[in-house]
Amino acid sequence: MDLKDKLISSFMAFENNVDVEHPVHDVRMAAIKNFEEKGFPSKKEEAWKYTSLNNIQKIDFSIFPKEENALEYKDVKRYFIHEIDTYKIVFVDGIYSSYLSETTHDGVDICLMSAALTKPMYKQVIDVYFNKVASKDESLTSLNTAFSREGAYIYIPKNKMPKKPIEILHFSTGNEASLLLQPRNLIVVEENAEVQIIERHQSLTANEVLTNAVTEIFAAKSAIVDFYKIQNDAPTASLIDNTYIDQKDKSFVKVHTFSFGGKLTRNNLNFYQNGEYIDSTMKGVTILGEKQHVDHHTLVHHIEPNCESHQDYKGIYGDASTGVFNGKIIVDKIAQKTNAFQQNNNILISDKASINTKPQLEIFADDVKCSHGCTIGQLDEDALFYLQSRGIPEKEARALLMYAFANNVLSSVRIPELKTRINKLVAKKLGVSLGFDL
Amino acid sequence: MLKINDLHANVDDKEILKGINLEVKAGEVHAIMGPNGSGKSTLASVISGNENFEVTQGSIELNGEDLEDVSPEERAHKGVFLSFQYPVEIPGVSVTNFMKTAINESRKAKGLEDMPAKDMLKLIREKSELLEIDRKFLSRSLNEGFSGGEKKRNEIFQMAMLEPKVAILDETDSGLDIDALRIVASGVNKLKSKDNAVILITHYQRLLEYIVPDYVHVLHNGKIVKSGGKELALELEEKGYDWLKQETAV
Repeated sequence: MDLKDKLISSFMAFENNVDVEHPVHDVRMAAIKNFEEKGFPSKKEEAWKYTSLNNIQKIDFSIFPKEENALEYKDVKRYFIHEIDTYKIVFVDGIYSSYLSETTHDGVDICLMSAALTKPMYKQVIDVYFNKVASKDESLTSLNTAFSREGAYIYIPKNKMPKKPIEILHFSTGNEASLLLQPRNLIVVEENAEVQIIERHQSLTANEVLTNAVTEIFAAKSAIVDFYKIQNDAPTASLIDNTYIDQKDKSFVKVHTFSFGGKLTRNNLNFYQNGEYIDSTMKGVTILGEKQHVDHHTLVHHIEPNCESHQDYKGIYGDASTGVFNGKIIVDKIAQKTNAFQQNNNILISDKASINTKPQLEIFADDVKCSHGCTIGQLDEDALFYLQSRGIPEKEARALLMYAFANNVLSSVRIPELKTRINKLVAKKLGVSLGFDL
Repeated sequence: MLKINDLHANVDDKEILKGINLEVKAGEVHAIMGPNGSGKSTLASVISGNENFEVTQGSIELNGEDLEDVSPEERAHKGVFLSFQYPVEIPGVSVTNFMKTAINESRKAKGLEDMPAKDMLKLIREKSELLEIDRKFLSRSLNEGFSGGEKKRNEIFQMAMLEPKVAILDETDSGLDIDALRIVASGVNKLKSKDNAVILITHYQRLLEYIVPDYVHVLHNGKIVKSGGKELALELEEKGYDWLKQETAV
């Protein structure tokens, strides 16, 4: 049985464990139907031209996690931003770990999707927001929607801000030979509220893991959302991340994506600007080696006038790693005075590494400022000589230049401890220690 | 200290240096002058080990050691310093972090521990005062958005930090207003000692009023065509380079 068939037949077993009378279940049923019709995307589709899911579909994934596997905090501490106090929503093999988590209902809700989808007190929010910005058409999003049951649920009421950043962590313990995880997150940030979120998926063994995640973010008027995605997973872990963001007037949403590892990573990051004076910012640092593959697909849909979007993705590709950047910007006819900027710069440090980069602009308004630029190159030889002439050995000089190259993106991280952590990851990834943080 | 024998060098198979002979002793200041395209900057690059230039003949010796096959960083560790005519902008690396890295790499090459942070700060403070550099300037990205004068002053600040044996200043006076020129020149003069040497590459005599050379050499068409004392610079200032071209043609 191939993976698609296995998933479809598993849906019935899944139904035995959820409340089929709940309105959300109608959404799930529509979603499984869409997935059944479309199946896994193939390379024939333009959006998947450079990323093949063929090999992943050959793996016999376990679809339902077994009972909770205990993890000791000391064994996984290093994956948390433990230097600071944070709220934590932690899952082990897809199951919520109350032991490792720290949730709250103190003025804000930082808790679980499973609670939100079942308890009456959340029904109103679920009715208004659940699956409202996520695609009903895209098959992998539908697959997640069909099996949506667990994940992070974050609700920040008007004018509120949680006391500390929120970490969402997904661990897989290798309890199964190969495990499919489908977390579903819903984040609602009401008017003038603010939140900072750090998300990480971490496989702890060499067993295969595939995560097909969907996150919906709603930023109401003047809301501020800072979302950091740390992708530094094991070489046998793959991730398909589907993030959908709905923004209203004057909201400010920034997503940083740090892609340093994993077997195959696909980021579908979609912004919908449903209001005026919105700012949407996407920043990415990708540093890959071995045979790692990362595919960044971004979409910004400028629906209303007077909004901005900023994209800045930097990539450093070594060994036989491969990268994709596809940045789509749609500016509707009424979305005058749009400012949309997109930048994708790449350095190839090996002859076998490759990157496919493609801006995709669809502009229907006539009074807009849109710019895009992509570069693929090697390190600047003049800069290299300049550093060497000051006594910095070639290897360190190269690393320093790569650091500098990535630094634009790191400089906008607003949590200092996170910034330090990312700096260390970058240094490790580049194989050097420079003795300072940028 | 520095001995250049019959040096020939190519860039892209075109011969730029066509047999340079030059000896610079400790404590001396040499000025190399000449018209555009005469090979002045090439000579500076070749001495500091830029691999874009191919040495086809001759040798460069530093304190008796042949520098052939010595990498640019090793030359720096041995005391060669080049103040660039066009310093490269490196966004994302601050002046301070750059200097810390450079100094500690040099120390590492000599088998020394990293310089303690306290000493490093003291050194930075001392040397930035020497060049009248604002502390805020030091936390800016290296050369990014610096004015021409700031870039040059920063080059001499780096020289002050690294304390080279042989410093080559390539057109350090270009882009400097008179005040900046005075500061830079006074910095260089303070760094000068009987144990080090300075090679000034310049187009104009102006810089030499502030940093007085012991010897002046005229480079033309890849060769040193005339050498003399500091009065040669004045002669060049007066007559330009045309008469020299005619003289060498004859």
